[in-house]
Amino acid sequence: MAPQHLDSELKLLKDNVLELMFLVKNQLEKGQKALHDFDEELAHEIMANEKRVDSLELTIDRDCENLLALHNPVAVDLRFVMAAFKINSDLERIGDHANSIAKYIADFGRKIDEDTLKTMRLDEMYSTANKMVSNVFNAFITEDTDLARKVFRLDETLNKINREVSGSTAELIEADVSQTHNYLYLFSIVRKLERVGDLTKNIAEELIFYIEAKVLKHKKMKSKNNNGNEESGNSTV
Amino acid sequence: MDSETTSQQPKTSQVETKPKLNPNNRSFKLQAENIDVFYDDFQAIKDISLDIVENSITAFIGPSGCGKSTFLRLFNRMNDNIDGFHMNGKILIDNKNIYDESIKVEELRKKVGMVFQKPNPFPKSIYENVAYGLRIQGVKDEEFIENRVIESLKQATLYSEIEDNLDKQALSLSGGQQQRLCIARALAVKPSVLLMDEPTSALDPISSGKIEDLIHELKKEFTIVIVTHNMQQAARVSDNTAFLYMGNLVEYGDTQKIFTNPEKDRTQNYITGRFG
Repeated sequence: MAPQHLDSELKLLKDNVLELMFLVKNQLEKGQKALHDFDEELAHEIMANEKRVDSLELTIDRDCENLLALHNPVAVDLRFVMAAFKINSDLERIGDHANSIAKYIADFGRKIDEDTLKTMRLDEMYSTANKMVSNVFNAFITEDTDLARKVFRLDETLNKINREVSGSTAELIEADVSQTHNYLYLFSIVRKLERVGDLTKNIAEELIFYIEAKVLKHKKMKSKNNNGNEESGNSTV
Repeated sequence: MDSETTSQQPKTSQVETKPKLNPNNRSFKLQAENIDVFYDDFQAIKDISLDIVENSITAFIGPSGCGKSTFLRLFNRMNDNIDGFHMNGKILIDNKNIYDESIKVEELRKKVGMVFQKPNPFPKSIYENVAYGLRIQGVKDEEFIENRVIESLKQATLYSEIEDNLDKQALSLSGGQQQRLCIARALAVKPSVLLMDEPTSALDPISSGKIEDLIHELKKEFTIVIVTHNMQQAARVSDNTAFLYMGNLVEYGDTQKIFTNPEKDRTQNYITGRFG
Protein backbone atom coordinates (compact mmCIF):
# COMPACT_ATOMS: atom_id res chain seq x y z
CA MET A 1 0.00 0.00 0.00
CA ALA A 2 1.07 3.56 -0.49
CA PRO A 3 -0.60 5.48 2.33
CA GLN A 4 1.17 8.78 1.54
CA HIS A 5 -0.09 8.60 -2.01
CA LEU A 6 -3.57 7.70 -0.78
CA ASP A 7 -3.49 10.59 1.69
CA SER A 8 -2.58 13.05 -1.03
CA GLU A 9 -5.43 11.74 -3.24
CA LEU A 10 -7.88 12.04 -0.35
CA LYS A 11 -6.68 15.58 0.35
CA LEU A 12 -7.13 16.50 -3.31
CA LEU A 13 -10.67 15.12 -3.20
CA LYS A 14 -11.46 17.11 -0.06
CA ASP A 15 -10.02 20.29 -1.61
CA ASN A 16 -12.15 19.82 -4.72
CA VAL A 17 -15.33 19.22 -2.71
CA LEU A 18 -14.58 22.30 -0.61
CA GLU A 19 -14.03 24.34 -3.76
CA LEU A 20 -17.39 23.21 -5.13
CA MET A 21 -19.06 23.90 -1.79
CA PHE A 22 -17.55 27.39 -1.70
CA LEU A 23 -18.66 28.07 -5.26
CA VAL A 24 -22.23 26.88 -4.58
CA LYS A 25 -22.32 28.91 -1.35
CA ASN A 26 -21.33 32.01 -3.35
CA GLN A 27 -23.97 31.25 -5.97
CA LEU A 28 -26.67 31.23 -3.32
CA GLU A 29 -25.40 34.39 -1.62
CA LYS A 30 -25.29 36.19 -4.97
CA GLY A 31 -28.83 34.95 -5.66
CA GLN A 32 -30.11 36.60 -2.49
CA LYS A 33 -28.48 39.89 -3.45
CA ALA A 34 -29.65 39.66 -7.07
CA LEU A 35 -33.23 39.05 -5.93
CA HIS A 36 -33.23 41.77 -3.32
CA ASP A 37 -31.61 44.43 -5.52
CA PHE A 38 -33.02 43.11 -8.80
CA ASP A 39 -29.48 42.89 -10.13
CA GLU A 40 -29.86 41.27 -13.55
CA GLU A 41 -26.11 41.33 -14.15
CA LEU A 42 -25.48 39.37 -11.00
CA ALA A 43 -28.20 36.91 -12.04
CA HIS A 44 -26.40 36.37 -15.35
CA GLU A 45 -23.12 35.91 -13.48
CA ILE A 46 -24.75 33.10 -11.47
CA MET A 47 -25.94 31.47 -14.70
CA ALA A 48 -22.46 31.72 -16.19
CA ASN A 49 -20.90 30.12 -13.10
CA GLU A 50 -23.18 27.10 -13.44
CA LYS A 51 -20.71 25.68 -15.97
CA ARG A 52 -17.98 25.77 -13.30
CA VAL A 53 -20.27 23.90 -10.92
CA ASP A 54 -20.91 21.20 -13.53
CA SER A 55 -17.25 20.94 -14.41
CA LEU A 56 -16.18 20.55 -10.77
CA GLU A 57 -18.89 17.95 -10.24
CA LEU A 58 -17.40 15.85 -13.06
CA THR A 59 -13.89 16.27 -11.63
CA ILE A 60 -15.02 15.06 -8.21
CA ASP A 61 -16.90 12.12 -9.75
CA ARG A 62 -13.69 11.12 -11.51
CA ASP A 63 -11.63 11.57 -8.31
CA CYS A 64 -14.01 9.26 -6.42
CA GLU A 65 -13.99 6.67 -9.19
CA ASN A 66 -10.19 6.66 -9.31
CA LEU A 67 -9.85 6.41 -5.55
CA LEU A 68 -12.22 3.46 -5.39
CA ALA A 69 -10.67 1.66 -8.35
CA LEU A 70 -7.01 2.29 -7.58
CA HIS A 71 -6.79 2.49 -3.81
CA ASN A 72 -9.57 0.24 -2.51
CA PRO A 73 -10.17 2.50 0.50
CA VAL A 74 -11.62 0.96 3.65
CA ALA A 75 -13.02 2.18 6.98
CA VAL A 76 -12.81 5.95 7.45
CA ASP A 77 -11.25 6.44 3.99
CA LEU A 78 -14.11 4.53 2.36
CA ARG A 79 -16.69 6.51 4.31
CA PHE A 80 -15.01 9.73 3.22
CA VAL A 81 -15.06 8.79 -0.47
CA MET A 82 -18.70 7.66 -0.25
CA ALA A 83 -19.65 10.87 1.55
CA ALA A 84 -17.73 13.01 -0.96
CA PHE A 85 -19.51 11.27 -3.84
CA LYS A 86 -22.94 11.98 -2.39
CA ILE A 87 -22.11 15.51 -1.21
CA ASN A 88 -20.88 16.22 -4.75
CA SER A 89 -24.26 15.25 -6.17
CA ASP A 90 -26.11 17.30 -3.52
CA LEU A 91 -23.94 20.35 -4.24
CA GLU A 92 -24.53 20.10 -7.96
CA ARG A 93 -28.27 20.07 -7.36
CA ILE A 94 -28.02 23.08 -5.03
CA GLY A 95 -26.07 24.75 -7.83
CA ASP A 96 -28.92 23.88 -10.24
CA HIS A 97 -31.44 25.50 -7.91
CA ALA A 98 -29.28 28.64 -7.60
CA ASN A 99 -29.10 28.75 -11.39
CA SER A 100 -32.87 28.29 -11.82
CA ILE A 101 -33.58 31.06 -9.31
CA ALA A 102 -31.18 33.34 -11.22
CA LYS A 103 -33.15 32.58 -14.41
CA TYR A 104 -36.42 33.49 -12.64
CA ILE A 105 -34.90 36.78 -11.50
CA ALA A 106 -33.75 37.58 -15.04
CA ASP A 107 -37.14 36.56 -16.49
CA PHE A 108 -39.13 38.46 -13.84
CA GLY A 109 -38.02 41.70 -15.47
CA ARG A 110 -38.53 44.12 -12.61
CA LYS A 111 -37.72 44.68 -8.96
CA ILE A 112 -40.02 42.92 -6.55
CA ASP A 113 -41.66 45.32 -4.16
CA GLU A 114 -40.66 45.16 -0.49
CA ASP A 115 -44.12 44.17 0.76
CA THR A 116 -44.31 41.16 -1.55
CA LEU A 117 -40.74 40.13 -0.65
CA LYS A 118 -41.70 40.31 3.01
CA THR A 119 -44.93 38.36 2.58
CA MET A 120 -43.17 35.68 0.57
CA ARG A 121 -40.35 35.70 3.21
CA LEU A 122 -37.75 35.25 0.48
CA ASP A 123 -34.98 37.11 2.30
CA GLU A 124 -35.62 35.06 5.42
CA MET A 125 -35.49 31.82 3.44
CA TYR A 126 -32.35 32.84 1.62
CA SER A 127 -30.62 33.85 4.87
CA THR A 128 -31.53 30.54 6.50
CA ALA A 129 -30.42 28.49 3.48
CA ASN A 130 -27.16 30.45 3.27
CA LYS A 131 -26.50 29.90 6.94
CA MET A 132 -27.06 26.15 6.47
CA VAL A 133 -24.60 25.96 3.58
CA SER A 134 -22.13 28.08 5.52
CA ASN A 135 -22.44 25.70 8.49
CA VAL A 136 -21.75 22.55 6.45
CA PHE A 137 -18.87 24.31 4.70
CA ASN A 138 -17.20 25.15 8.02
CA ALA A 139 -18.15 21.77 9.48
CA PHE A 140 -16.42 20.05 6.58
CA ILE A 141 -13.25 22.11 7.01
CA THR A 142 -13.04 21.57 10.77
CA GLU A 143 -14.73 18.12 10.82
CA ASP A 144 -17.07 19.55 13.46
CA THR A 145 -20.18 17.38 13.62
CA ASP A 146 -21.82 19.61 16.25
CA LEU A 147 -21.80 22.41 13.70
CA ALA A 148 -23.13 20.04 11.02
CA ARG A 149 -25.98 19.07 13.34
CA LYS A 150 -27.07 22.71 13.63
CA VAL A 151 -28.47 22.56 10.09
CA PHE A 152 -31.20 20.09 11.11
CA ARG A 153 -32.99 22.76 13.14
CA LEU A 154 -32.50 25.32 10.36
CA ASP A 155 -33.99 22.89 7.83
CA GLU A 156 -37.07 22.60 10.03
CA THR A 157 -37.30 26.41 9.96
CA LEU A 158 -37.17 26.39 6.16
CA ASN A 159 -39.85 23.69 5.97
CA LYS A 160 -42.09 25.68 8.31
CA ILE A 161 -41.67 28.89 6.29
CA ASN A 162 -42.41 26.94 3.10
CA ARG A 163 -45.68 25.63 4.56
CA GLU A 164 -46.71 29.05 5.81
CA VAL A 165 -45.82 30.89 2.59
CA SER A 166 -47.94 28.43 0.67
CA GLY A 167 -50.99 29.87 2.46
CA SER A 168 -49.77 33.46 2.12
CA THR A 169 -49.30 33.02 -1.62
CA ALA A 170 -52.86 31.74 -2.01
CA GLU A 171 -54.08 34.84 -0.17
CA LEU A 172 -52.00 37.15 -2.38
CA ILE A 173 -53.40 35.53 -5.52
CA GLU A 174 -56.98 35.76 -4.24
CA ALA A 175 -56.41 39.45 -3.51
CA ASP A 176 -55.03 40.21 -7.00
CA VAL A 177 -55.64 37.51 -9.58
CA SER A 178 -53.90 39.52 -12.29
CA GLN A 179 -50.58 38.92 -10.47
CA THR A 180 -51.03 35.12 -10.30
CA HIS A 181 -48.20 34.47 -12.74
CA ASN A 182 -45.74 36.60 -10.76
CA TYR A 183 -46.72 35.14 -7.41
CA LEU A 184 -46.28 31.62 -8.76
CA TYR A 185 -42.81 32.61 -10.02
CA LEU A 186 -41.90 33.82 -6.55
CA PHE A 187 -43.42 30.77 -4.90
CA SER A 188 -41.22 28.60 -7.16
CA ILE A 189 -38.21 30.33 -5.59
CA VAL A 190 -39.58 29.51 -2.14
CA ARG A 191 -39.90 25.85 -3.14
CA LYS A 192 -36.38 25.80 -4.54
CA LEU A 193 -34.93 27.26 -1.36
CA GLU A 194 -36.82 24.65 0.63
CA ARG A 195 -35.15 21.98 -1.55
CA VAL A 196 -31.76 23.64 -0.97
CA GLY A 197 -32.45 23.11 2.73
CA ASP A 198 -33.18 19.42 2.20
CA LEU A 199 -30.02 18.93 0.14
CA THR A 200 -27.90 20.78 2.69
CA LYS A 201 -29.35 18.59 5.43
CA ASN A 202 -28.29 15.57 3.35
CA ILE A 203 -24.77 16.98 3.23
CA ALA A 204 -24.73 17.34 7.03
CA GLU A 205 -25.85 13.71 7.34
CA GLU A 206 -23.08 12.59 5.01
CA LEU A 207 -20.50 14.52 7.05
CA ILE A 208 -21.71 12.81 10.22
CA PHE A 209 -21.60 9.43 8.46
CA TYR A 210 -18.02 10.07 7.37
CA ILE A 211 -16.75 11.43 10.69
CA GLU A 212 -18.77 9.42 13.23
CA ALA A 213 -19.85 6.37 11.19
CA LYS A 214 -23.47 7.10 12.12
CA VAL A 215 -26.32 6.89 9.64
CA LEU A 216 -28.89 9.63 10.27
CA LYS A 217 -30.84 9.68 7.03
CA HIS A 218 -34.44 8.52 6.97
CA LYS A 219 -34.57 8.92 10.74
CA LYS A 220 -37.25 11.03 12.36
CA MET A 221 -35.98 13.68 14.72
CA LYS A 222 -36.44 12.22 18.17
CA SER A 223 -33.78 12.73 20.74
CA LYS A 224 -31.55 15.62 21.59
CA ASN A 225 -27.81 15.30 21.58
CA ASN A 226 -25.50 16.92 24.10
CA ASN A 227 -25.72 20.28 22.40
CA GLY A 228 -29.47 20.43 22.37
CA ASN A 229 -29.65 19.71 18.64
CA GLU A 230 -32.21 17.11 17.76
CA GLU A 231 -31.14 13.95 16.06
CA SER A 232 -31.72 10.25 15.89
CA GLY A 233 -29.35 7.83 14.31
CA ASN A 234 -27.75 4.45 14.27
CA SER A 235 -24.20 3.30 13.93
CA THR A 236 -23.44 2.16 10.37
CA VAL A 237 -23.11 -1.47 11.33
CA MET B 1 -15.17 -35.68 18.85
CA ASP B 2 -18.78 -34.86 19.42
CA SER B 3 -20.05 -31.45 18.73
CA GLU B 4 -22.30 -29.81 21.30
CA THR B 5 -24.67 -27.06 20.39
CA THR B 6 -23.75 -23.97 22.33
CA SER B 7 -25.51 -20.69 22.37
CA GLN B 8 -23.05 -18.55 24.28
CA GLN B 9 -21.48 -15.49 22.75
CA PRO B 10 -18.02 -16.03 21.33
CA LYS B 11 -15.24 -14.85 23.56
CA THR B 12 -12.27 -12.78 22.67
CA SER B 13 -9.64 -11.84 25.19
CA GLN B 14 -8.07 -8.39 25.24
CA VAL B 15 -10.78 -6.97 23.05
CA GLU B 16 -13.90 -5.14 24.09
CA THR B 17 -15.81 -5.60 20.85
CA LYS B 18 -18.81 -7.89 20.72
CA PRO B 19 -18.54 -9.58 17.36
CA LYS B 20 -21.67 -10.86 15.66
CA LEU B 21 -19.67 -13.99 15.07
CA ASN B 22 -22.46 -16.40 15.62
CA PRO B 23 -25.75 -14.96 14.43
CA ASN B 24 -27.60 -18.29 14.28
CA ASN B 25 -26.14 -19.75 17.44
CA ARG B 26 -24.27 -22.43 15.59
CA SER B 27 -21.84 -24.47 17.62
CA PHE B 28 -18.22 -23.48 17.92
CA LYS B 29 -15.93 -25.62 15.85
CA LEU B 30 -12.66 -24.15 17.06
CA GLN B 31 -11.95 -22.52 20.39
CA ALA B 32 -8.72 -21.03 21.66
CA GLU B 33 -8.51 -20.44 25.38
CA ASN B 34 -5.86 -18.15 26.85
CA ILE B 35 -3.18 -19.13 24.39
CA ASP B 36 0.44 -18.14 24.97
CA VAL B 37 3.04 -19.38 22.53
CA PHE B 38 6.77 -19.11 23.04
CA TYR B 39 9.74 -19.87 20.86
CA ASP B 40 12.34 -20.23 23.59
CA ASP B 41 12.11 -16.88 25.42
CA PHE B 42 10.29 -15.05 22.65
CA GLN B 43 6.54 -14.82 23.19
CA ALA B 44 4.85 -15.05 19.79
CA ILE B 45 1.23 -15.22 21.03
CA LYS B 46 0.02 -13.39 24.12
CA ASP B 47 -3.05 -14.67 25.94
CA ILE B 48 -5.36 -14.98 22.95
CA SER B 49 -8.83 -16.44 23.31
CA LEU B 50 -11.27 -16.66 20.44
CA ASP B 51 -14.10 -18.85 19.20
CA ILE B 52 -14.73 -19.83 15.59
CA VAL B 53 -18.17 -20.99 14.60
CA GLU B 54 -18.60 -24.01 12.33
CA ASN B 55 -19.08 -23.55 8.58
CA SER B 56 -17.68 -20.06 8.68
CA ILE B 57 -14.65 -18.41 7.13
CA THR B 58 -12.35 -16.57 9.50
CA ALA B 59 -9.46 -14.42 8.29
CA PHE B 60 -6.38 -13.70 10.36
CA ILE B 61 -4.73 -10.45 9.32
CA GLY B 62 -1.80 -8.47 10.64
CA PRO B 63 1.70 -7.35 9.74
CA SER B 64 4.51 -9.84 9.22
CA GLY B 65 5.65 -11.34 12.50
CA CYS B 66 2.39 -10.59 14.33
CA GLY B 67 1.85 -14.28 15.09
CA LYS B 68 -1.03 -15.05 12.74
CA SER B 69 0.62 -18.04 11.05
CA THR B 70 1.84 -19.36 14.39
CA PHE B 71 -1.71 -19.06 15.71
CA LEU B 72 -3.15 -20.79 12.62
CA ARG B 73 -0.72 -23.69 12.88
CA LEU B 74 -1.79 -24.36 16.46
CA PHE B 75 -5.04 -25.80 15.13
CA ASN B 76 -3.34 -28.80 13.59
CA ARG B 77 -0.27 -28.86 15.83
CA MET B 78 2.09 -27.86 13.07
CA ASN B 79 4.26 -25.95 15.55
CA ASP B 80 4.97 -28.99 17.71
CA ASN B 81 8.26 -29.86 16.05
CA ILE B 82 9.67 -26.34 15.92
CA ASP B 83 12.70 -25.95 18.21
CA GLY B 84 11.93 -24.03 21.35
CA PHE B 85 8.13 -24.10 20.85
CA HIS B 86 6.02 -24.30 23.94
CA MET B 87 2.58 -23.02 24.78
CA ASN B 88 0.00 -22.44 27.49
CA GLY B 89 -3.77 -22.64 27.13
CA LYS B 90 -6.16 -24.90 25.28
CA ILE B 91 -7.14 -25.37 21.66
CA LEU B 92 -10.51 -27.09 21.42
CA ILE B 93 -11.90 -28.66 18.29
CA ASP B 94 -15.44 -29.92 18.71
CA ASN B 95 -15.02 -29.18 22.40
CA LYS B 96 -11.98 -31.44 22.79
CA ASN B 97 -8.51 -30.18 23.65
CA ILE B 98 -6.27 -31.19 20.74
CA TYR B 99 -3.16 -30.82 22.92
CA ASP B 100 -4.46 -33.48 25.27
CA GLU B 101 -2.09 -36.45 25.59
CA SER B 102 -4.79 -38.82 24.33
CA ILE B 103 -4.96 -37.06 20.95
CA LYS B 104 -3.06 -38.65 18.08
CA VAL B 105 -1.66 -36.00 15.76
CA GLU B 106 -2.26 -38.18 12.66
CA GLU B 107 -5.94 -38.49 13.58
CA LEU B 108 -6.14 -34.75 14.24
CA ARG B 109 -4.74 -33.94 10.82
CA LYS B 110 -7.40 -36.06 9.13
CA LYS B 111 -9.89 -33.63 10.61
CA VAL B 112 -7.85 -30.51 10.04
CA GLY B 113 -6.47 -30.09 6.54
CA MET B 114 -3.94 -27.46 5.60
CA VAL B 115 -3.14 -25.53 2.43
CA PHE B 116 0.11 -23.61 2.23
CA GLN B 117 1.32 -20.44 0.56
CA LYS B 118 3.06 -22.20 -2.30
CA PRO B 119 1.36 -25.17 -3.94
CA ASN B 120 3.28 -28.27 -2.91
CA PRO B 121 2.08 -31.23 -4.99
CA PHE B 122 4.07 -34.44 -4.70
CA PRO B 123 6.09 -35.51 -7.79
CA LYS B 124 3.37 -37.99 -8.66
CA SER B 125 0.36 -38.09 -10.95
CA ILE B 126 -2.66 -35.89 -10.33
CA TYR B 127 -4.62 -38.98 -9.31
CA GLU B 128 -1.97 -40.23 -6.87
CA ASN B 129 -1.61 -36.83 -5.26
CA VAL B 130 -5.26 -36.83 -4.29
CA ALA B 131 -5.25 -40.53 -3.37
CA TYR B 132 -2.14 -40.09 -1.19
CA GLY B 133 -3.89 -39.32 2.08
CA LEU B 134 -6.22 -42.30 1.71
CA ARG B 135 -3.38 -44.66 0.88
CA ILE B 136 -1.33 -43.67 3.94
CA GLN B 137 -4.47 -44.26 5.99
CA GLY B 138 -4.35 -47.82 4.69
CA VAL B 139 -7.38 -47.66 2.41
CA LYS B 140 -7.10 -50.50 -0.14
CA ASP B 141 -10.45 -50.33 -1.91
CA GLU B 142 -9.49 -48.88 -5.33
CA GLU B 143 -13.08 -48.15 -6.31
CA PHE B 144 -13.54 -46.21 -3.07
CA ILE B 145 -10.29 -44.33 -3.68
CA GLU B 146 -11.24 -43.50 -7.27
CA ASN B 147 -14.65 -42.19 -6.22
CA ARG B 148 -13.11 -40.08 -3.49
CA VAL B 149 -10.41 -38.71 -5.86
CA ILE B 150 -13.04 -37.62 -8.39
CA GLU B 151 -15.32 -36.21 -5.71
CA SER B 152 -12.45 -34.20 -4.19
CA LEU B 153 -11.28 -32.89 -7.57
CA LYS B 154 -14.84 -31.81 -8.31
CA GLN B 155 -15.13 -30.09 -4.91
CA ALA B 156 -11.90 -28.26 -5.65
CA THR B 157 -13.39 -27.18 -9.02
CA LEU B 158 -10.46 -28.75 -10.86
CA TYR B 159 -11.99 -31.94 -12.27
CA SER B 160 -13.47 -30.48 -15.45
CA GLU B 161 -10.05 -29.10 -16.43
CA ILE B 162 -8.06 -32.33 -15.97
CA GLU B 163 -10.56 -35.22 -16.13
CA ASP B 164 -8.85 -36.77 -19.18
CA ASN B 165 -5.36 -36.33 -17.73
CA LEU B 166 -5.53 -37.82 -14.26
CA ASP B 167 -2.31 -39.73 -14.92
CA LYS B 168 -0.48 -36.58 -15.89
CA GLN B 169 2.31 -35.31 -13.61
CA ALA B 170 0.89 -32.93 -11.02
CA LEU B 171 3.91 -30.68 -11.41
CA SER B 172 2.93 -30.00 -15.03
CA LEU B 173 -0.20 -28.14 -13.89
CA SER B 174 -0.30 -24.35 -13.66
CA GLY B 175 0.26 -22.70 -10.26
CA GLY B 176 -3.45 -22.08 -9.76
CA GLN B 177 -4.32 -25.65 -10.75
CA GLN B 178 -1.60 -27.01 -8.44
CA GLN B 179 -3.07 -25.05 -5.53
CA ARG B 180 -6.55 -26.41 -6.26
CA LEU B 181 -5.00 -29.88 -6.50
CA CYS B 182 -3.50 -29.38 -3.03
CA ILE B 183 -6.93 -28.36 -1.78
CA ALA B 184 -8.41 -31.52 -3.39
CA ARG B 185 -5.69 -33.56 -1.68
CA ALA B 186 -6.64 -32.02 1.65
CA LEU B 187 -10.35 -32.64 1.03
CA ALA B 188 -9.88 -36.33 0.07
CA VAL B 189 -9.45 -37.42 3.68
CA LYS B 190 -12.72 -35.67 4.60
CA PRO B 191 -11.54 -33.07 7.07
CA SER B 192 -14.02 -30.77 8.77
CA VAL B 193 -11.59 -27.87 9.14
CA LEU B 194 -9.38 -26.30 6.48
CA LEU B 195 -6.48 -24.07 7.44
CA MET B 196 -5.10 -21.88 4.67
CA ASP B 197 -1.85 -19.99 5.06
CA GLU B 198 -1.78 -17.29 2.36
CA PRO B 199 -3.19 -19.71 -0.21
CA THR B 200 -3.21 -17.26 -3.12
CA SER B 201 -0.14 -15.14 -2.49
CA ALA B 202 1.81 -16.96 -5.20
CA LEU B 203 -1.04 -16.92 -7.73
CA ASP B 204 -2.17 -14.55 -10.48
CA PRO B 205 -5.50 -12.69 -10.07
CA ILE B 206 -7.50 -15.18 -12.18
CA SER B 207 -6.23 -18.18 -10.22
CA SER B 208 -6.70 -16.26 -6.96
CA GLY B 209 -10.28 -15.52 -7.95
CA LYS B 210 -10.94 -19.22 -8.57
CA ILE B 211 -9.49 -20.14 -5.17
CA GLU B 212 -11.61 -17.45 -3.50
CA ASP B 213 -14.75 -18.76 -5.22
CA LEU B 214 -13.76 -22.24 -4.09
CA ILE B 215 -13.24 -21.11 -0.48
CA HIS B 216 -16.70 -19.57 -0.54
CA GLU B 217 -18.18 -22.81 -1.89
CA LEU B 218 -16.32 -25.01 0.62
CA LYS B 219 -17.74 -23.05 3.54
CA LYS B 220 -20.95 -25.10 3.20
CA GLU B 221 -19.13 -28.18 4.42
CA PHE B 222 -16.01 -26.96 6.17
CA THR B 223 -14.88 -24.51 8.78
CA ILE B 224 -12.17 -22.44 7.14
CA VAL B 225 -9.46 -20.29 8.68
CA ILE B 226 -7.32 -18.26 6.32
CA VAL B 227 -4.21 -16.19 6.91
CA THR B 228 -3.80 -13.46 4.34
CA HIS B 229 -1.81 -10.31 3.74
CA ASN B 230 -4.32 -9.26 1.13
CA MET B 231 -6.78 -6.96 2.90
CA GLN B 232 -9.26 -7.04 0.04
CA GLN B 233 -9.18 -10.83 0.02
CA ALA B 234 -9.92 -10.94 3.74
CA ALA B 235 -12.78 -8.49 3.18
CA ARG B 236 -14.15 -10.46 0.21
CA VAL B 237 -14.04 -14.02 1.48
CA SER B 238 -14.35 -14.03 5.24
CA ASP B 239 -17.29 -13.83 7.63
CA ASN B 240 -15.15 -12.77 10.56
CA THR B 241 -11.75 -11.18 10.81
CA ALA B 242 -9.16 -11.25 13.57
CA PHE B 243 -6.47 -8.57 13.57
CA LEU B 244 -3.27 -9.58 15.36
CA TYR B 245 -0.42 -7.26 16.23
CA MET B 246 2.78 -8.24 18.03
CA GLY B 247 1.23 -11.43 19.34
CA ASN B 248 -1.91 -9.72 20.65
CA LEU B 249 -5.43 -10.04 19.35
CA VAL B 250 -6.32 -6.39 18.78
CA GLU B 251 -9.79 -6.81 17.32
CA TYR B 252 -11.96 -9.73 16.30
CA GLY B 253 -15.36 -9.43 14.75
CA ASP B 254 -17.68 -9.29 11.81
CA THR B 255 -15.61 -8.64 8.67
CA GLN B 256 -18.06 -6.05 7.39
CA LYS B 257 -17.69 -4.06 10.61
CA ILE B 258 -13.90 -4.40 10.72
CA PHE B 259 -13.55 -3.03 7.19
CA THR B 260 -16.12 -0.24 7.46
CA ASN B 261 -15.95 0.95 11.04
CA PRO B 262 -13.39 -0.86 13.19
CA GLU B 263 -13.53 -0.31 16.92
CA LYS B 264 -9.82 0.19 17.44
CA ASP B 265 -7.63 2.94 16.00
CA ARG B 266 -4.83 0.43 15.56
CA THR B 267 -7.05 -1.74 13.37
CA GLN B 268 -8.11 1.27 11.31
CA ASN B 269 -4.50 2.38 10.88
CA TYR B 270 -3.49 -1.08 9.73
CA ILE B 271 -6.30 -1.74 7.26
CA THR B 272 -6.01 1.75 5.77
CA GLY B 273 -2.27 1.19 5.29
CA ARG B 274 -1.13 3.84 7.73
CA PHE B 275 1.08 1.51 9.72
CA GLY B 276 2.33 -2.03 9.55
